[in-house]
Amino acid sequence: MGETERKGPRMIALCMLGCVLFNFPILALFNVPSTLFGVPLLYAYLFLAWALLIALMAWVVERRE
Amino acid sequence: MLQGWVIAVTSFAYLGLLFAIAYYADKRADAGRSLIANPYIYALSLAVYATAWTFYGSVGRAASDGVGFLPIYIGPTLMIALWWLVMRKVLRISKENRITSLADFIASRYGKSALLGGVVTVIAVVGILPYISLQLKAVSNSFTIVLQYPEIVMPAKVGAIPILQDTALWAALILALFTILFGTRHLYSAEHHEGMVAAIAFESLVKLLAFLAVGVFVTFGIYDGFGDVFSRAASDGALRPLLTPLEGLAGGYASWVWLTVLSMLAIMFLPRQFQVTVIENTDERHLNKAIWLFPLYMLAINVFVLPIAFGGRLHFPDGTVDADTFVLTLPMAEKQEWLALLVFIGGLSAATGMVIVETIALSTMVCNDLVMPVLLRMRSLRLNERADLTGLLLGIRRGSILLILLLGFLYFRLAGEAYALVSIGLISFAAVAQFAPAALGGIFWKGGTRRGALAGLVADFAVWFYTLLLPALARSGWLPLGLLEQGPFGIELLKPLQLFGLSGLDQITHAMLWSMLANLGAYVLVSLLDSPSAEEHRQASLFVDVFKRSGDAAVARFWRGTASASDLHNLLTRFLGAEAADDAFRGYARRKGVRWPEQPLTADAEFVHHVETQLAGAIGAASARIMVASAVKEEALTLEEVRKILDEASQVVMYSHRLEQKSRELEAASTELRAANERLKELDRMKDDFISTVSHELRTPLTSIRAFTEILHDNPDLAVAERARFLSIVIKETERLTRLINQILDLAKLESGSAEWHVTRVDLRELVSDALSGMSQVFTEKGIQVVAHLPDHVAPVSADLDRVIQVLLNLLSNAVKFCDPAQGRIEVTLADTGDWVRVDVRDNGPGIAAADRKIIFEKFRQAGDTLTDKPQGTGLGLPISRQIVEHLGGRLWVESRPGAGACFSFTLPALRQATAPAATAAAAT
Repeated sequence: MGETERKGPRMIALCMLGCVLFNFPILALFNVPSTLFGVPLLYAYLFLAWALLIALMAWVVERRE
Repeated sequence: MLQGWVIAVTSFAYLGLLFAIAYYADKRADAGRSLIANPYIYALSLAVYATAWTFYGSVGRAASDGVGFLPIYIGPTLMIALWWLVMRKVLRISKENRITSLADFIASRYGKSALLGGVVTVIAVVGILPYISLQLKAVSNSFTIVLQYPEIVMPAKVGAIPILQDTALWAALILALFTILFGTRHLYSAEHHEGMVAAIAFESLVKLLAFLAVGVFVTFGIYDGFGDVFSRAASDGALRPLLTPLEGLAGGYASWVWLTVLSMLAIMFLPRQFQVTVIENTDERHLNKAIWLFPLYMLAINVFVLPIAFGGRLHFPDGTVDADTFVLTLPMAEKQEWLALLVFIGGLSAATGMVIVETIALSTMVCNDLVMPVLLRMRSLRLNERADLTGLLLGIRRGSILLILLLGFLYFRLAGEAYALVSIGLISFAAVAQFAPAALGGIFWKGGTRRGALAGLVADFAVWFYTLLLPALARSGWLPLGLLEQGPFGIELLKPLQLFGLSGLDQITHAMLWSMLANLGAYVLVSLLDSPSAEEHRQASLFVDVFKRSGDAAVARFWRGTASASDLHNLLTRFLGAEAADDAFRGYARRKGVRWPEQPLTADAEFVHHVETQLAGAIGAASARIMVASAVKEEALTLEEVRKILDEASQVVMYSHRLEQKSRELEAASTELRAANERLKELDRMKDDFISTVSHELRTPLTSIRAFTEILHDNPDLAVAERARFLSIVIKETERLTRLINQILDLAKLESGSAEWHVTRVDLRELVSDALSGMSQVFTEKGIQVVAHLPDHVAPVSADLDRVIQVLLNLLSNAVKFCDPAQGRIEVTLADTGDWVRVDVRDNGPGIAAADRKIIFEKFRQAGDTLTDKPQGTGLGLPISRQIVEHLGGRLWVESRPGAGACFSFTLPALRQATAPAATAAAAT
């Protein structure tokens, strides 16, 4: 159960990270008329942050200790 | 040219393929080689979340709101991060209680309440109807549009077509038939619909591939990559505001946040999600992969939504083409008929997947939690006397599947036109979000009661109905629009879209705010005021503490009564059929080590509980409770008794924790004892060795003294010179003997700690010079060159002067003994290294072999072969020196290479001014 007990808090932390990344103050930083490789900054940010969050979740859940 | 028959044949071929997959998976499951028991299929089956709404509706919403559709997929991702805590618990609870549906889960938590199960079922069915109608609308619209190829014609208004010519009706009927074939082949609903899950997983692949195909075609075929689509959109005046879209949304960030929260709850409590995630789960560990694979799926299916939306807006600038159909109409406008057909199949797979799982989940609820409890209570039906109820159960399930789909169609006819796809779906999301307080509260808070859950659900449902469903019906013309504009009876405060004057929010946010407030408030308030029954108390404890205790035996302690095994067997046979009943009995008997049916089974508490759980797997917890209660004689436990059992259980847990701790302590103690015993044995052996060595060492000089005195005694006429020589030998050996005895005593004192120490401030510079000058005679005699490196100043040390001199003399005399006989050279170095003062005594003798470097510090041991070489000392000097140095807080060691001399060094802690008094005091004790 040791591993299980460590993963729980890490996943909660990731959920909280997601709640911050996809919420008002941070989101507003990217909600500006600018582009990244031709893609509006907000769209690029949303998808990249989302992908990052999924990668972190995979890492935490699949890691063997 | 896509003819009607091509589309129809393709559709039926696709459905046939699905059925073949399901059939194959069921066969495999029967053979014990499950197709779906792997995490990838599990993750794909979760993607039933992506329905026709995702497939067509996301683009529709993106075309008007930009990223407004994303919270519906980001929310679940956030929730899934919590699954590690929440869903593992739900899974464990559901497996142990053989939960058959979401309604069963909530009813079971609150004391197996049939009423609560019924309420949940009603809310789920009413709430999901708009969602099912959405799928029907998507299927019928996409069919109508693709049929017109190559013309792009929007479908006519629903009301304009007679019912029998409405494709949605036929879609509903075909889907009902298909679902009945799929989902009600077996009765036992807690077991897995393996065939259905395999087909759903396949559908998830199809819809993903179809959507990606359109996405790639639009982005890279029609346009020149992502950058091109967006830059063209940016130069279009109508589209530019969508590029930084959040400011323009109704409700702005608030709407974004509420949509996220809503989707977080929907992913848990949509009946179909609960079905695939919980009921169809074959192994808890599959959750690990699903936790990141399923969000990845959602990310993939959303990547191309915005390019398609902008592409559609650019392509059809006049607004005659509904944005919900861009996925289909863009390939059609580009004359890609096969791609259009693929898209149609993708949309069909999205819709059928949702409808199949959703109606199976709902029909299980309707049967187990709505119809059966009522039928079982109606004594006039005499159901208790019917021998086989399996046919009846299957009939109810099939009937309810058909009914649900027809109701979905009815909603489509009534209200389907008023909203875009996404808004219809959101009404359903808001409905299922109501289950969150009762379900989540139920697994983490023991205080939640049946009446609390009931109050919360009813309050929430009323608000949902008033603020979401009524407006939908009003806008479709079934209720006067005045209801929305002036409020009921002209009361402005009660306007459904601005309840109590709350305005400025979009409809969903507004409804969510009020309904969540009502739900949570009622749930918590009533629960706190309420006192739960014994059954509720017990179930609350079983749910919340699921990880702390498990197994039938633990649960069975709550039951008291008498039953007969044959009554229970009859009961199971009636609901499960004879074969399944026998299986259940055999399984239990095997676990108990009884050979049933040759040997009888005792119908004790554990057995009754086993039967009830088996039954619950077929007809739900509430109905199973009623049936078991009718078949056995029970004594009801009072609340006090349940509390006592729970307390006892927690005390037992506590005691066993303490016992474990004690036994760990005992184990540690016995290991220590064993080690001490070993050490004592070793010491005993060493003592024996020591005594024998000491006696040997003492005997050598004694023997020679005795020999010479005997010679002197026996030969009185010995020459004077000879006599003097012998006498000097005797004197020397006596001295040696004395020295040996002194040293042994010294060592014994040091080791026992009874030696006297006179610790003072010692200046090692002085001490070294004294020692060297004291031995200068010896050096001169042997022709040894002595070099001393003494710095001008070293820190004083606190030490016993005589003892340190003893150490130094010992090292020097060793150096004298072993240094080069012809050109002896000894170097003495004194150094101050800060914390320590260090003395090195270096000779240029033969050095010490690595193996000997350790043993020279042991008693009576000397380097070299003691049998052939003449011993050159007592073998106690170094052990004594080391004892002394270590007692004074320092260290004594040797560095050497054979052939390059040896260097003995010792350190003593330096006395610094500030710490001098304290250190002196410590050393003196």
